Amino acid sequence: MTDVYTRRQLLERAAAGGAVLTLPGFLAACGGTSSKSGSSSHKLAKTLNFSNWTLYIDVNNKTKRHPSLDQFQKQFGVRVNYTEDINDNATYFGKIQGPLSRGQSIDRDIIVMTDNSRYPSLLIKKGWVEKLDKSAIPNIKNLQPALQHPGWDPNRDYSLPWQSGLTGIAYNDKLTEPILTVPDLLENPKLKGKITLLQGIGDTMPLIMRANGDDPTKVTDASWSRAIKVVEKAVHSGQVRQFTGNDYAPLLAKGDLKACFAWSGDVVQLQADNSHLHWNLPKDGGGIWTDNMLIPNGGNVYTASVYMNYVYEPKVAAEIEDYVNYICPVVGAKQVLLKKDPAIAKNTLIFPTKQMLDNADNIDANALNNEKYITQWQNLITS
Amino acid sequence: MGFLHRHRGLTPYLLLAPGLVYLTFFFAVPLGFLVHQSLESGNFDIGYSFTWAWGNYSAAIRGYGAQFARSFEYAGIATVLALLFSYPLAYWIAFRGGRWRNLFLLFIVAPFFVTYLIRTLAWETILADQGPVVRILRDVGILGSGGRLLATSVAVVAGLTYNFLPFMALPLYVSLEQMDGRLIEAAQDLYASRWRAFLRVTLPLSLPGVVAGTLLTFIPAAGDFINAQLLGSPGQHMIGNVIQSKFLELIDYPAAASMSFVLMATILLAVALYARAVGTEKLTG
Repeated sequence: MTDVYTRRQLLERAAAGGAVLTLPGFLAACGGTSSKSGSSSHKLAKTLNFSNWTLYIDVNNKTKRHPSLDQFQKQFGVRVNYTEDINDNATYFGKIQGPLSRGQSIDRDIIVMTDNSRYPSLLIKKGWVEKLDKSAIPNIKNLQPALQHPGWDPNRDYSLPWQSGLTGIAYNDKLTEPILTVPDLLENPKLKGKITLLQGIGDTMPLIMRANGDDPTKVTDASWSRAIKVVEKAVHSGQVRQFTGNDYAPLLAKGDLKACFAWSGDVVQLQADNSHLHWNLPKDGGGIWTDNMLIPNGGNVYTASVYMNYVYEPKVAAEIEDYVNYICPVVGAKQVLLKKDPAIAKNTLIFPTKQMLDNADNIDANALNNEKYITQWQNLITS
Repeated sequence: MGFLHRHRGLTPYLLLAPGLVYLTFFFAVPLGFLVHQSLESGNFDIGYSFTWAWGNYSAAIRGYGAQFARSFEYAGIATVLALLFSYPLAYWIAFRGGRWRNLFLLFIVAPFFVTYLIRTLAWETILADQGPVVRILRDVGILGSGGRLLATSVAVVAGLTYNFLPFMALPLYVSLEQMDGRLIEAAQDLYASRWRAFLRVTLPLSLPGVVAGTLLTFIPAAGDFINAQLLGSPGQHMIGNVIQSKFLELIDYPAAASMSFVLMATILLAVALYARAVGTEKLTG
């Protein structure tokens, strides 16, 4: 687990350079024409096309192959065509929404999107993803209880978690005393101009709302406007230096930031080089997000479901988890790792305690899709 | 070839055809879609429909005037700075570079072998609060003890200047390099001082390069969003950042399209005024 990269390494940077210049109208004119309908037959396809985020699955460092995928091929005779082409939810959605809106296949059987962005719920609402074939996924029983009923897909009809992560406060103990609460971060005069918040509503707002004593899982106009006022005040006072994607990491490592909102997995990596960095869930509560496997329209439902069942086998989940630094959604993987790699199994950032999970919320999917809220938020961060 | 012999007048058009077809497909057609899209109304949930929604344009100008103004301000300053830095550089390479000219030109272009994003991120290191540049500026008292460069408008303009410098330097070099050195000698024979010879001969002859360079620098700089995003702070974003957020986060394609048009129209207007001021013959040399 010494890889210095994380899944979100190029997050916002990639978004910045991404497909901004192509407008959907133009795509409509020049788009592909392939259009195969979703298959629900109980026959395995020859290949499974799987799009995931970068560095988010087990890798054999010598052969550069993915052992869990090779094993799947051996067991089921399905070759997995694994593509690491997702760097950012918004950009990826921008890329696939053209063909999906025209009823065309995007030639993927599984894609992975984060539920603290608006896009997974939007895909379901638009009818652009297929229902899982749960008869092929008996292992769904191994899904962590806390993840079984998200508001945007209450019965997990369309989605299954790949990995989760926590959002909290990171600080550098050489430059500041411990920063453990959101008000301290946003109001402590010693931190002026030395903190960053995250660009995503779903990343920043759960922490702000919990600090306000509001419930981020049920956002109301009143709790929203309380939260946005808090952020506005911190921006106008000069306390907040920037809104970042993953680019807070080098700033934090170099000491340009004293503290910031940060993802747990990133800080695990940064700590390897800088023992002065710490990460905590804020006392009032932090954020939790989950990356979800989804089957886009036209994908092979049965084959994708068989694969999902396979990764929900605790042994397989443990194998993937031993490489990836995020939170494992599969019950039983920890027991496997306790024997194989106890250091990983005991790391609470990878297998968090129940208390930690209880103290972290994901944001209300309705708020993520509320245009008034998004406009207010975007106007603030691109002011 | 018999056909071309008989219709000699057609040759230029045949030669033009590939370029025209290319521009039609990859510029004019998308532009048409963009116009169409900019006049749509609705939202992503219910879908967009074409309604001659001119309100998109007034909303773009009213809501984001500050970011438009800032884009032109930052791009303008960056262009002037790039010109001031590039002119001596191009002059020196053209007249004093000797046989090393090509090597020096390579140095100017070298940063382009690195991704734009990575180049910009490098400035995060150069301008870091704990970095050498800030330390020196603090020591000499230009920056206060808590002062910083990163996440300020200075950093954004510095990033723009650096990223677009080669677009200024190369046209300048080309126009200076083509110059007949005997003209300067002649000026000096006629008792012009070196400075006067520069002002009366060199500078006017290099004007096409200056014009080309300023346009090539100013136009992309005005639409840039990466420098503001990585090196700026809230209150320093440019219109490119707003367009990006409208397009990707709000999925509001009509707003993004109409803003792109306002940006394009304003740039065209600025270029037209500029061309008028310096004289169109200078544009074409």
